[in-house]
Amino acid sequence: MINVRTLCKRHGARTILADVTATVAKGEIVAIVGPSGGGKSTLLRCLNHLEWFDAGLIEIAGFTLRPGPAGADPTTLSRLRTKVGMVFQQWNLFPHLTALANITLAPRVVRGVAAPVAADEARALLARVGLGDRAGAYPHELSGGQQQRVAIARALAQAPEVLLFDEPTSALDPEMTDEVVAVMRDLAAAGMTMLVVTHEMRVATELATRVWVIDRGTIVEDGPPATLVSAPQSQVARDYFGRAR
Amino acid sequence: MPTGRRALLALALALLGAVLVAGCHRRELGGTLAKIQKRGEITWGADRQGGEPYLWLDDSGALVGFEVDVMDAVARRLGVKARMTHYNWVNLVPLLKRGDFDVVCNGLEATPDRAASILLSRPYFVYAETLAVRTGAPYKTLAELKGKKVATLDQTYALDLLKGAGVEIALYEDNQVIYDDLALGRVDAVLLDNVIADRYGCNHAGVTCLPDDVARGTYVIGIRKEDPELKTAIDAALAAMTADGELERILRKARLWDHRQTEPVPDVAGGPPPPKRYFGVVQLRRFAAAALVTLGLSVAAFLLAVPLGLVLAIGRVYGGRWLGAVARVYIELWRGTPVLLQLYLVYFGLGPYYAIGPVTAAILTLGLNYAAYEAEVYRGAILAIPRGQAEAAKALGLSPVQSLRHVIVPQALRLALPPMTNDFVSLLKDSSLVSVITVIELTKQMTISSAELQGWLIPGLACAGMYLALSVPLSELARRLERRLARDQRAHAL
Ligand SMILES: Nc1ncnc2c1ncn2[C@@H]1O[C@H](COP(=O)(O)OP(=O)(O)O)[C@@H](O)[C@H]1O
Ligand SMILES: [Mg+2]
Repeated sequence: MINVRTLCKRHGARTILADVTATVAKGEIVAIVGPSGGGKSTLLRCLNHLEWFDAGLIEIAGFTLRPGPAGADPTTLSRLRTKVGMVFQQWNLFPHLTALANITLAPRVVRGVAAPVAADEARALLARVGLGDRAGAYPHELSGGQQQRVAIARALAQAPEVLLFDEPTSALDPEMTDEVVAVMRDLAAAGMTMLVVTHEMRVATELATRVWVIDRGTIVEDGPPATLVSAPQSQVARDYFGRAR
Repeated sequence: MPTGRRALLALALALLGAVLVAGCHRRELGGTLAKIQKRGEITWGADRQGGEPYLWLDDSGALVGFEVDVMDAVARRLGVKARMTHYNWVNLVPLLKRGDFDVVCNGLEATPDRAASILLSRPYFVYAETLAVRTGAPYKTLAELKGKKVATLDQTYALDLLKGAGVEIALYEDNQVIYDDLALGRVDAVLLDNVIADRYGCNHAGVTCLPDDVARGTYVIGIRKEDPELKTAIDAALAAMTADGELERILRKARLWDHRQTEPVPDVAGGPPPPKRYFGVVQLRRFAAAALVTLGLSVAAFLLAVPLGLVLAIGRVYGGRWLGAVARVYIELWRGTPVLLQLYLVYFGLGPYYAIGPVTAAILTLGLNYAAYEAEVYRGAILAIPRGQAEAAKALGLSPVQSLRHVIVPQALRLALPPMTNDFVSLLKDSSLVSVITVIELTKQMTISSAELQGWLIPGLACAGMYLALSVPLSELARRLERRLARDQRAHAL
């Protein structure tokens, strides 16, 4: 599903990602952990080409991304992004649209889905994330956890094959975190391929099939969560999972 | 709204205060002849813009013209010196009545209206009203121009004649451009006195003056009602100048001497005094019509400014170096020069190449000008949208254009709504400037009414009332929108 080969990303003279190579199979759930500034977000954002990279190659959901600002032509990029959804830390809902309209916008505009069809699908997705009764609510009328669930439904509406989460629960208090983790658990059960940058230990240890530890632009450790918790190889992983033991 | 009502009350009190203060400082009028003799100087009001042959500054900067000669001669015969003070021509009579100078001598025509409001000296010049048409046009008399557009200057005897002639009147403030517009086909005829017609009209390419005088009239010196002894003195001086040939010498020097000067003098001012006019239903209806013009102009101009401003803002934010620079130059050009200048350039400047009508020119200029201001408002609003919005749109597969159309612009317009409402109120007020290109809107109607009613206060207050009736609800709307926006954003930040 995802194949990253010798990916390099620089900002000026600083190397942000150094020769990252990794593969993710369909249905895998990868938790990405590591210290702040290590390059986790940058890696995720390269995967749907929100950022371009300097060297290497990315194959994802049947598309190939090459180095440089262009990376791929605009139509390919648009199609790729419907196959690779993204959920942000600050959820980034469109404040001028209702929950339902947030979800139907991209299917209607990008894929040309008829409005009534898109609305039916959106209602089903809202029910799936436990917000079946809030279709007409505006973002500012929803709690943070509810907004993040709408954001997940919005990403799902494009029928993606991969979902990228960048710290989806970091801006939420524990109760709301539970709501969002429950939705992710449901997606995992349905076999969705997911990459999740997270500080939430439960996501890394209970939900993930694999954990990447990223530090200073490289994947310093890659293995099943149980192995990382019981026998961490790197100091970063030891620091990180020390709390979990 | 309590705040709105309190503001209105404060405004009313301020106006009342201004009226009282003005009343307390009323100048001591009358006895002007004695004051002139004590001072050794008679001051006269005139407008230098009148130009040749009335009065103008020659290349050495000296004030010359036949009216300068007339006033110098009159002053010499009163045993004093004459000093000219420059004012806008249309304001000369009101300022005379206020006491800003002793007399008016500047192509002031004797009319029943004026005779009812000030004292008029004996004539120093007999003029003819000359009708000018486009060369080859079929019109031979004023009567044949019924329903056509005829131009003249504001507050002239020609205007009085046109009001009774059943023509559509176009009011100008400048005698240079009026014949340009006749040649361009913006008006069908021009009625002005022969002094102006001979200098500016009859030699103009594409313009023909009709040979018959439409009417005759006289230029007189205007004197305050309180100063009959000054009128007697000036009349005596003028009579002596006629008798000893000095007046003829002055007029010959200015190439103004003609057969009319020795023929019987028309008694224009001697007609029945005009009925005293009051501010009533007729005036109110005219103000309402003018308010509609103001509103219509402003709405049309804003409908042009909004989309153009949006395009400019998008050009500045996303257009890259070249498009961004083009948008920036446009904005700086239109914001960095006065609207009045832009109106002149678009209407009169472009006239010879592309003669658009005054209303079109007004809407176009105001719209293009306000687009520059709107562009900066929208640019600010676009930049205020959090980056995450565009990223979320992009991550969902929306193209840059789709993202602008569905995500960025709708939010930016919401943010921009309060400043836009305020801009529209400014536009309502700025639209008063279009009277310089002959559009009669609210402020112009006020000056017309004040001339008819011989007072500025009532028409001025009526005009202010009309503007407030248009702008106060809009300002209130802007305040509500601002409050709602602030509330939404607070809720959003939770
Ligand atoms: N636009 C940018 N310009 C310069 N440096 C950047 C930019 N974006 C990110 N970085 C740097 O790249 C590094 C990795 O950032 P990021 O991927 O956000 O890390 P993480 O998500 O692991 O905290 C950080 O040191 C950050 O300062
Ligand atoms: Mg990050």
